[in-house]
Amino acid sequence: MTVPVEWYVALSAILFSIGALGVLLRRNAIIIFMSVELMLNAANLLFVAFSRYLGDLDGQVLVFFVITVAAAEVAVGLALIVVIFRTKQSINIDEINLMKG
Amino acid sequence: MVLFIILAISAVAAALGMLFSRNAVHSALFLVLNFAIVAALYLTLNAPFIAMVQITVYAGAIIVLFLFVIMLLGAEQLRGVAGDGGVWQRWLAGGLTAVLLISFASILFQGNAITPASAAGVIDTSPAALGLRLFEAYVFPFEVTGVLLLAAIIGVVVLSISKKRGQQ
Repeated sequence: MTVPVEWYVALSAILFSIGALGVLLRRNAIIIFMSVELMLNAANLLFVAFSRYLGDLDGQVLVFFVITVAAAEVAVGLALIVVIFRTKQSINIDEINLMKG
Repeated sequence: MVLFIILAISAVAAALGMLFSRNAVHSALFLVLNFAIVAALYLTLNAPFIAMVQITVYAGAIIVLFLFVIMLLGAEQLRGVAGDGGVWQRWLAGGLTAVLLISFASILFQGNAITPASAAGVIDTSPAALGLRLFEAYVFPFEVTGVLLLAAIIGVVVLSISKKRGQQ
C-alpha cells in the first residue's frame, strides 16, 4: 500500500465535482439522477479509503447503508420521473415549472 | 501506485463521458464503467465485500433500472426547448464547480486536515467480520434501513397505481 490517502481524497473530490457539475449543467432529469449517484459514489470511495487507512471497519458498514439508501432513492425518483413524463410528456426540468408564480 | 493512477484516470474519464454524452443510454453505460472502476478501487483498498456489493447493486440493479426507464420513456435525446440551458447557465455552473474544486483543494493542501500519514495495519474485512459488526454495533440502523426500503416500495407502488386510476 504505497498510495497516500490524499490521492484517494483528491480523486473523490474530482468525481464529486463532476457529479455536481452534472446536476447544475444538464437538463435531462434522468442524467441529473445519474450525477447524484456519482456524487454518492465519490462519498463512498472516501469512506472506504479512510476505513482502510484508519484500520476501522465502520467505514465499510456505512458504505453499505449509503448503497441501500441510494437504491431506495433511485427507485422512488425514477417512479416520479415516469409519472411526470406521463403528465408533461417531457423530462426536461426547465419545462417542469407548474410552481412558478 | 501505477494501478491507482490508471484506475483514477479512467474513472474520471468515464465520469466526464457520462456528463457530456448527448445520448442518455451512453451516459448510463459510462456510469456502469465508472462504477466498475470504483469497485476495482475498493478491491485495492482491501474491501472485497463492498466491491462485490457495488457491482451487484449499482451495476446490476440501479443501472438496469435507469436503462429500463430511459428505454420505456424513449427519452434518449432531450427534445423541446433548449437542450442544455442557456450560455450563462453553463458559465455559472462551471464557475460554481470551480469554486467547489478550489475549496476541496485548499482543504486538501492545508496538510493538517488529514491525520493518517501512513496506512494502519491490515484489518479483517471478510464478509463474516463485516456481518458481525453490522449485527452487533449497527443493528438499529440496519432495522431503520429495512423500514426505509419498505417505505420506498410502498411509495413506488402508490405512485404507479394512482396514475392508472386517473386514466380510467
